[in-house]
Amino acid sequence: MQVWWNVTCESLLRCPRHSELLVKLNRLLERCFRNSKCIDTESLCVVSGEKVWQIRVDLHLLNHDGNIMDAASIAAITALCHFRRPDVSVIGEEVTVYSVDERDPVPLCIHHMPICVSFSFFQQGTFLLVDPNEREEKVMDGLLVIAMNKHREICTIQSSGGIMLLKEQVLRCSQIAGVKVTEITELIQKALENDKKIRKEGGKFGFAESLPNQRITAFKIEGAPVNTSEVEETVEEITHNTVPPTEIVPSPILWASGTAQIGEGVLNTWEVEEPHESEEADDKSMEEEEEVSTTPRHERKETVILSDSEEEEVIILNPDKTEKKFQKQASNLHEDTASGSRKKKKKKPSQLVK
Amino acid sequence: MVCLPLDAGAHKFRHMADRRLREFGCEQNLLSRPDGSASFVQGDTTVVVGIYGPAEVKVSKESYDRATLEVILKPKVGLPGVAERSREQFIRETCEAALLTALHPRTSIVLILQVIHDDGSLLSCCLNSACMAAMDAGLNMRCLFCGVTCAIDLDGNIILDPTAKQEKESRAVLTFAIDSVERQVMMSSTKGAFTTAEFHQSIAICQKAAESIFQFYRDSVGRRYSKS
Repeated sequence: MQVWWNVTCESLLRCPRHSELLVKLNRLLERCFRNSKCIDTESLCVVSGEKVWQIRVDLHLLNHDGNIMDAASIAAITALCHFRRPDVSVIGEEVTVYSVDERDPVPLCIHHMPICVSFSFFQQGTFLLVDPNEREEKVMDGLLVIAMNKHREICTIQSSGGIMLLKEQVLRCSQIAGVKVTEITELIQKALENDKKIRKEGGKFGFAESLPNQRITAFKIEGAPVNTSEVEETVEEITHNTVPPTEIVPSPILWASGTAQIGEGVLNTWEVEEPHESEEADDKSMEEEEEVSTTPRHERKETVILSDSEEEEVIILNPDKTEKKFQKQASNLHEDTASGSRKKKKKKPSQLVK
Repeated sequence: MVCLPLDAGAHKFRHMADRRLREFGCEQNLLSRPDGSASFVQGDTTVVVGIYGPAEVKVSKESYDRATLEVILKPKVGLPGVAERSREQFIRETCEAALLTALHPRTSIVLILQVIHDDGSLLSCCLNSACMAAMDAGLNMRCLFCGVTCAIDLDGNIILDPTAKQEKESRAVLTFAIDSVERQVMMSSTKGAFTTAEFHQSIAICQKAAESIFQFYRDSVGRRYSKS
């Protein structure tokens, strides 16, 4: 049997110190349920030595206002009592698991219900508080947890915080625990009976039903009908009348077999300026702009940027012929290549237009 | 989202003027530690939400001009998986649009949702409870929002607020987050195949249903704060 903690409370989620707390709580709960043998684990066996049912309890901590231990133990034992597992039949070597619809699920075999009660001590055992809340827990000296069942048998006892307790104090605590546990067990039994009765009668059950309607912070309404007939007609009219926007898809340009271009690339907005060349750069960039207007479709501004290179090249690999250099465009312009590249730019488009 | 071609002229959807939302219930301020908390019940689907904020944020996550919004959704059984993460994103996007995070820079707002029971329309229940919790916490919002789910079954009927059984038998499930100011769609999450006409129909139906949900918000908050 496994106990799994799931923390919804944000303050506990964040604090690494609190994960220690969770480990402690986990250990205590496991000891409380597993070692006290409250569940008959032998009945969970399906085929001895091979198949067995595994029970996992997921605890969701919604709000931490002190004394998680008690609340967790009550929730866990109630859940275990309420739980029904699928029915199983073993015929020789064959194992058949019946689903919920085929056969009624079977409850777990629970011998007794251990419930934890926590006591906090202040001022070296002078003051005792049962069921401390969060603020009290923060300032307490030590904690004593007693897990007891309604037959007044102690299942687990744990003392933490390093306080020294007298024998009489521990006995007194166990008596208080006995009283509390009887009350709580009665409450659990009543709730389980209620649920059984409602399920038999076919009424509504579940967490949704437990929403208290008398509280001012709670509100409930019956199912509301929604009249949607006029809405549907208006929608049909609207969809009929609207014309879907026309999509502008640029036609693809085929450069070489296997290589095509749709649309134009984006203008290179990176300017690598060096102070002594800034004037020339301006001139050259103006010339480039002119060329842009004349041959808009055949220019690709940049794609491949080599690490320290000052040139940007677009190379289209042609599967049949050798590599053709399509365009050269200098970002840091050198005078020699500038004129050459301009000439090339003017030549290339004419060559490629077939 | 898979859109089938619109079949012009064929009205596949029957007019179901008697669509119903399931029973609604809400409780605010039920948890003492979070700054705002709410539980929302739609039929049998129940979600409990705790909202913490604006609170301190880790330097790595802080944002200089707005609050960092974190959403954590815990499933009923087991560890959170990919489906929970995707729902968290939907809820987060909607909350970012609705909450005025620019009023609280360098802080964090944490939303923790716990699924108590899932009987269909889980995402819309999460959205509704998140909005109620934000109201309870008193966070500044640009608008209120609500979630509505509808399912399109195999005959083409649009079912509002489906149960888990109805969701399973339907061919598409659509959830919309609708804002309170202009009834516009803030978020849409769809699963399954449907036509564009069905999509528009679902939006219209959900917008109509949102009116009852906003009325419910008004009534529950009115009940809480009224003096009578």
